[in-house]
Amino acid sequence: MLITCPYCGPRDVSEFAYQGDGNRTRPDPASTDSEAWNAYVYDRLNPAGIHNEIWQHAGGCRVHLAVVRDTLTHEISSVRFAREHGTPTHSRRNHGAKA
Amino acid sequence: MAEYSAFSLLKNALSGNRDWKPAWRKPSPKASYDVIIIGGGGHGLSTAYYLAKEFGITNVAVLEKGYLGSGNVGRNTTAVRSNYLLPQNTRFYEHSMKMWENLSHDLNYNVMFSQRGVLNLAHTPGQLDDLARKGNAMRHLGVDAELMTPVEIGRRVPGLDMSQQARFPIYGGLMQERAGTARHDAVAWGYARGADRRGVDIIENCEVTGFLRDGDRVTGVSTSRGDIRAKKVAVAVAGSTGRVMQLAGIDRMPIESHVLQAFVSESLKPFLDTVLTFGMGHFYVGQSDKGGLVYGGDLDGYNSYAQRGSLPIVEEVMSEMLALFPSLAPVRVLRSWGGVCDMSMDGSPIITTGPLPGMYLNCGWCYGGFKATPASGFCFAHTIAKDAPHEFNAPFTLDRFSRGTVIDDKGQGPTPRMH
Repeated sequence: MLITCPYCGPRDVSEFAYQGDGNRTRPDPASTDSEAWNAYVYDRLNPAGIHNEIWQHAGGCRVHLAVVRDTLTHEISSVRFAREHGTPTHSRRNHGAKA
Repeated sequence: MAEYSAFSLLKNALSGNRDWKPAWRKPSPKASYDVIIIGGGGHGLSTAYYLAKEFGITNVAVLEKGYLGSGNVGRNTTAVRSNYLLPQNTRFYEHSMKMWENLSHDLNYNVMFSQRGVLNLAHTPGQLDDLARKGNAMRHLGVDAELMTPVEIGRRVPGLDMSQQARFPIYGGLMQERAGTARHDAVAWGYARGADRRGVDIIENCEVTGFLRDGDRVTGVSTSRGDIRAKKVAVAVAGSTGRVMQLAGIDRMPIESHVLQAFVSESLKPFLDTVLTFGMGHFYVGQSDKGGLVYGGDLDGYNSYAQRGSLPIVEEVMSEMLALFPSLAPVRVLRSWGGVCDMSMDGSPIITTGPLPGMYLNCGWCYGGFKATPASGFCFAHTIAKDAPHEFNAPFTLDRFSRGTVIDDKGQGPTPRMH
């Protein structure tokens, strides 16, 4: 699997560290809503199909990336800087219909 | 008289082996059942078997999307062990171990359970202390565990590099002698036959495409072979848990699906008579009765439903094997494959009623589901039959994450790929 880092170009997956599901939103640190915290820490969409995820080019420029990847084919359709595009680009409803 | 015996072997040999009955029928689905089990893998089949045998519920269908044994029950590396640290896990897996010890007899089907031991290696004094702690925890609950010295290990596994010049010198290890391996296909076939002979319908090539609902209550399933109604619908689909639960409208689960690869080498003369795990990475190896080394390592490390992995892990697994056994360098790899693992947030399984009325859930096996097959089926059958968990699966609830009673044997926290 190759990931095309916006800085470094196409690089082998072994240079990257997987940071997991990019669909999660951390509640406000002051929040005492235990359900929201529980959902953030433990619940995952885990789709079979298009998945928003965060990777870090740990063995390269060390930038964090927002990657859109298909979990059925491992095909990567988009790689962008997480700091600019960290929020999900697909809602569950959109790709649920496709899957 | 047992269907398989020395006498029946002889009798069928004399008639040219033309009179054997198929091990299970190929029935068409009925309109309704008492219990539908989604997933014809090891756990689904053993659940059906124990529902019929222990709880007298025989109006049962097992629905399998592909052919029987095409999923993880035929993709694992066949190790069976009960060497856990936490009591909830130890009790459950030790119960499973006791069932394994009598399984071939119980099923009248040779699952080739071989108690050749599982040996965890320690490569630092700290690691050895940790294994001693685990061994003590196991012995405290009546499970066998022996701490082995390097001399004893060198004698038991002559191929290991036991020198201080080894890449990771071996300081000792923890052996569970009652652990071992079983023939995984035979486990699926044995349970399938046992369930079939007791009246369970095993329906292959039948994919569940949706759930029939009456309000919140699940009343059956729609499948590629039509709608089937049932009083109770049980889900035991391992790596596909996310997809199937989504069909029931449950979007989020404390589970991620990851791919795990496994490998078999060309056949060698007897070389390794135990199952070995490496302490300085994630690597385990055994030798099958055919002579091939069966081995594997870490997950690929990212969400995946593809039953194949990528090359960096292949390289890592091979390098770990050579760190332990430099002499295996010329041995060629015969096959490799991948399976999709339902990695839970604490590394422990979920066997429970719900989460919807009329539904029962069995999932979260990470990459340790094979050894659990008998106890998982027995506990799940109990849960389905009595609408309440057995004492051995009572801790494995779905709501333990929100209740703060997680069972995290490794202490890794909620990062599924680390378990």
